[in-house]
Amino acid sequence: MSDTIYMLVVIGTVAFATFITRALPFVFFISREPPKFLLTIEKNLPPMILMLLLIYCLKDVQWLQFPYGAPELFTIASVTALHVWKRNAMLSIFSGTGLYMLLVQLNIFSIFVGIYP
Amino acid sequence: MNLAIIGIGKVHQIMNLGSENLFMKALKTTIPVFFGYIPLGMAFGFLLAGAGYHWIYALVMSIFIYTGAGQFIAVTLLAAGAQFIEFATVTLLINLRHSFYGLSLLEKFSGVGKVKPYLIFALTDETYALLTTTQVPEGASKARFYFYISVLDHIYWITGSVLGAVLGSMLNLNLEGMTFVLAALFVVLTIEQYYASRARFPFIAAIFAGILSLMLFNPDNMLLLSIIIGTLILIAHEKTIKDKAPPGDKQ
Repeated sequence: MSDTIYMLVVIGTVAFATFITRALPFVFFISREPPKFLLTIEKNLPPMILMLLLIYCLKDVQWLQFPYGAPELFTIASVTALHVWKRNAMLSIFSGTGLYMLLVQLNIFSIFVGIYP
Repeated sequence: MNLAIIGIGKVHQIMNLGSENLFMKALKTTIPVFFGYIPLGMAFGFLLAGAGYHWIYALVMSIFIYTGAGQFIAVTLLAAGAQFIEFATVTLLINLRHSFYGLSLLEKFSGVGKVKPYLIFALTDETYALLTTTQVPEGASKARFYFYISVLDHIYWITGSVLGAVLGSMLNLNLEGMTFVLAALFVVLTIEQYYASRARFPFIAAIFAGILSLMLFNPDNMLLLSIIIGTLILIAHEKTIKDKAPPGDKQ
């Protein structure tokens, strides 16, 4: 099989598998009523999933090594405080991202423990 | 409450929103995703180009597959010369979390008409987050607003991945930390979810399921497993409330 065909079949396979995972609930409940328990937790799913997506962003943090997740936790706390205070999404998101980039690129937390980059 | 849309400081009173206006609103809503998808897409493009593939494949993959983690893993599998069945099973497992997204969108996506298949196809983590948190502006078409958000996010992803593949290692920008914009977006959307529902339990369930999964599972499959654990907690919690409270008196 030529490389191009192989690649196209791979892309088709991955695209199809991805689409199935997204379409599954819609296809499954097309002609039947969703079960009761689903309706009751439906409204609680988005807040839970969003919080889990946030936690998922911390999956590669090395908690037992310097800087012990400090840039991530500090940034999340700052974004939370700023957003609760001003409730301006753009302001919270971009100042948070800028802060995080500064913290990791300049290795700010090393100052507190006396390890200089 | 007429907090039409997050992402705009001021609350606008909009009675009849023209489609151009609605597009601008969608554009503003998706700006954080733009800043997340461009560097993330570029990282994917770098990776694919680094593995020796033409940029056209970055374009085709980002148009037709359109999933972050799934595309990264596909490159790894390509490098390993995996079988088709491996591509299929790994992708299904990695992306199974999307099925949970659909479960909470059955109602929201009903009555959106002919854009529905595309909305389902384009349901990434970030688009799901925006669609479930952002209010459709008053008097505007839900279908059109959702479509704009989905298609804009899709374009950002395609643009980022092609840029990354074309530029390859030519570019030496220090973008370290920029993808944290997506974490900041999730912080803001999580807070907005709390303001909208005032329910605390979903967050308690998420913190418990999330920390448990961080400790027990490897990073690649923690998201799906944490969503399953969290959903089970929500179901169990709902059952205990129902058993305790008299019918019609549950929160």
